[in-house]
Formats: sequence, C-alpha cells, structure tokens
Amino acid sequence: MKLKTWGLKKSIWVFHVSSGACNNCDIEVLDCLTPKFDIERFGMVLVGSVRHADVLLCCGAITRQSAPRIKRLYEQAAKPCFVVAIGGCACSGGIFKGSYSIAGPYDKIIPVHAYIPGCPPKPEAIIAGVVKLLSTLK
Amino acid sequence: MEKLVLYIFYFVVFPGLIFTAVIGLLAAWVDRKVTARVQYRVGPPWYQNFADFFKLLGKETVMPEGAKGTGFLISPLIGLAGITLVSTIVWVINLNLAPSFVGDIIVVLYLLTLPSLAVILGASASRNPVAGVGASREMKLILGYELPFVLAMIVPILKSGGMLRFDSLLAYQISTRPFLYSISGVIAFIIVIICMQAKLTFVPFDIPEAETEIMAGAYIEYSGPALAIFKLTKAMMLFAVPVFIITVFWGGMHFNSLASAIHAILKYLIILVVVVLIKNTNPRLRIDQAIKLFWGRLTIWAIVAILFAMAGL
Repeated sequence: MKLKTWGLKKSIWVFHVSSGACNNCDIEVLDCLTPKFDIERFGMVLVGSVRHADVLLCCGAITRQSAPRIKRLYEQAAKPCFVVAIGGCACSGGIFKGSYSIAGPYDKIIPVHAYIPGCPPKPEAIIAGVVKLLSTLK
Repeated sequence: MEKLVLYIFYFVVFPGLIFTAVIGLLAAWVDRKVTARVQYRVGPPWYQNFADFFKLLGKETVMPEGAKGTGFLISPLIGLAGITLVSTIVWVINLNLAPSFVGDIIVVLYLLTLPSLAVILGASASRNPVAGVGASREMKLILGYELPFVLAMIVPILKSGGMLRFDSLLAYQISTRPFLYSISGVIAFIIVIICMQAKLTFVPFDIPEAETEIMAGAYIEYSGPALAIFKLTKAMMLFAVPVFIITVFWGGMHFNSLASAIHAILKYLIILVVVVLIKNTNPRLRIDQAIKLFWGRLTIWAIVAILFAMAGL
C-alpha cells in the first residue's frame, strides 16, 4: 500500500485536456515540459492516452459541446486519477461565466482535486499546484 | 528434480526475471537520463522507472468495451515470458552456469519476436482503431527488420564454420577473436544495431507507438498492471537484446576478474548509449520508408557482409 502511494507521488503521468480554452493556459502547460522547468525531474511525463494518466490538466471553461466528452474522458481514465483545473475559466468560468454556450466550470461536470487560478497561471504556479495536490496524498 | 528447481531458480530469480527486470529498469533510466542531458534537461532520478512500475501496479485495469478479455490481458505475459527466457538463455551461457545447457541462436531469434507478437495480439484484442493502426505497423515493422537481422546473424555462423550453439560460438571467439573485429563482422554489427533499434521500437522506428501521431498506438487501451508489464518487457529488452548481440558478435561478457567485468559492463554501456544517441538525433520514419530501408539498403549490405564472410574477411 505504501509502495503504491510512493510510486504515485514520484511518477505522475499527466494528460492534457482542453475543453475550448483560448490556448493560453495550454501553452503554459507546455512550458512546464521545456528544459527550463523540466517536470520530468519529478517523474512527470505527458502521455498521449487518457488510460495512462494519473492527473488530468484541464484548461478552459466547458462548453455545451464538450461537456459530455469531458465526462466520458474522466470515466475512461484508470483510477486513482486526479483532476487539476488550470486557469480562471476552468476554475470558475472566468469571463465566460453566464454565457449561453457554457455548461459550467470543471467542478460542475467532474470532481476537481486542485484549482490553479490565473489568466494564464505561470508554469511555476502549475508545478506548485500539482506539488500541493501530491502532498495531500497519504 | 534438483535440476528442475535450479532451472526454475535461473528463470525466476538470478539471470532471469528479477535480475533482468532490475537491470533493465536501471538501463531504461540511463536512456531517460541521457535523453534529458542531450536536451539540456536535468532528467529523472535513478529510481524513476521503479516508481513508474509500482504506481502502475497499484492502478485500476480498465477493460475497454467490447475487448476480448483473455487476449487483452494475457498478451503482456506472453511478451514478458519470451524476453525472460531470452535473457535466461543468454546469461546462463555467458556465466557458464550450467555446462550441459544447450541454447542456440535460432531459439533466441524466435523468442525475440514474442514481445512484438504480444503487442500485436494485445492491440488487436483491444478493439481500438488507433491500436489497430499500431498493430498493423508493428506487423510490417517485424516483416521489415527480421530479414536483415537474420541475414546479419548468418555472418558469425559462417565465420565459425556453421556453429549455431552459443557455447561453441563463445568458445570460438575466445580462442580466436570476436567476430566484430573483421570487415564482415563490422558491417553485420552495424546492421544488427539498426535492427535492434527497430526491435526496441525506439526512434527512428517508433512507428507502432508514435506518441504524437497515434498517441501510444498499440498501448493506447492499456492501463494499470497490464501496462506495467508491457513497460517492464520493454525495459528488459533494453538489457537482454544488447547482451545477446554482445554474445554473438563481441565475445560475450565475462566476470572472471575485475578487469574483464569492467570490460563487459563497458561493452554493454557503449551499445546502450549508441542506441540512445541514435534515438535522440533522428526523426521518425514513415512505415513505408522503414520497410524500404530494411528490405533495400540494409538487406543488400547484409548480403555483402555474408559474401565477405564467405571470402574469409
């Protein structure tokens, strides 16, 4: 049991979910993978399939179109899987709050484990958010 | 009876499963660390692949809707069994653990295709179109690289006068000189290194699992322990295949004295780093380009190497 948690803490595979973001948060997520920040130091790797993911990095407010797909995506992920909402839109709806085409922020559709506000949040903030999420694991 | 227990011990613990897994995971770390250094990054700590493995063991196995459960779950084990057997055979011969043990090149050549066949089987059972694309590419890749690989393996057999058994090949290399130190040997060795790159599905031949193109390709539906076993198989191949090639071409690995042990480890590390550097300095080929390379240029060079070997060069 302890070995599993140790493994989970040291090896986080992230999957990038964009539900109609303006691409700004997405670029900041990609910044984390560059040599300057190098999140592979902490064992974090970007994976292509949601089945391999431990953390979903979610950007953007959820549009009506993408809401059922996001739900399905979360159901497809192998548990334990954590959801991190990145950016103002993903946390609360941001400037799109109340718009006719918005189904809501992430926590209305799927459970969210960590919020990283900002428009967009800096890569340092994203790393700090994920580390805070990991420190709650026991 | 005692012999049976001993062989099971060889298979499960010492040169087999556990030993190969530990060294293989460390070799996979060397791969990631060198990759990181090439890209001016720091790279993961040494225990990274162990953490990945234990994490995946603790995760849920999702069965895709409509997948064939038996084939989907049993195929990682087939690949693992194949590569464990390869490693056991090669190491038992190298360390001279069982003098009466018979293993020959043909058995190992067959067993080395098992991990690839397991990938094809698992991907086809998962009922995912992207995995299907990955499986079909893996199939074409096997058809491609097996031809020059087997042709290049004929060179040491010819040079030793028709020896197929590892122990006689090793004895021949010790009594004369390794096959690598001759023109035909060098050509065959280079061909084998390129084919090994495809066997390990490393860039430029990571066509079946092209991450940016078909996500994880054949592995896309795998999660949890099944994925852990696939990752472990790949890590073990990174250890077992170079050792097999060193045994056939480079006089094997000996641990009689400190100097020979260092020499053996250096041989392995050189091959490993060459593989990683090829991986980091090349773009991915298309499947048709890969087939053209294998069946065209490499096969011709392999035939040239065989001709050289027949002429005694």
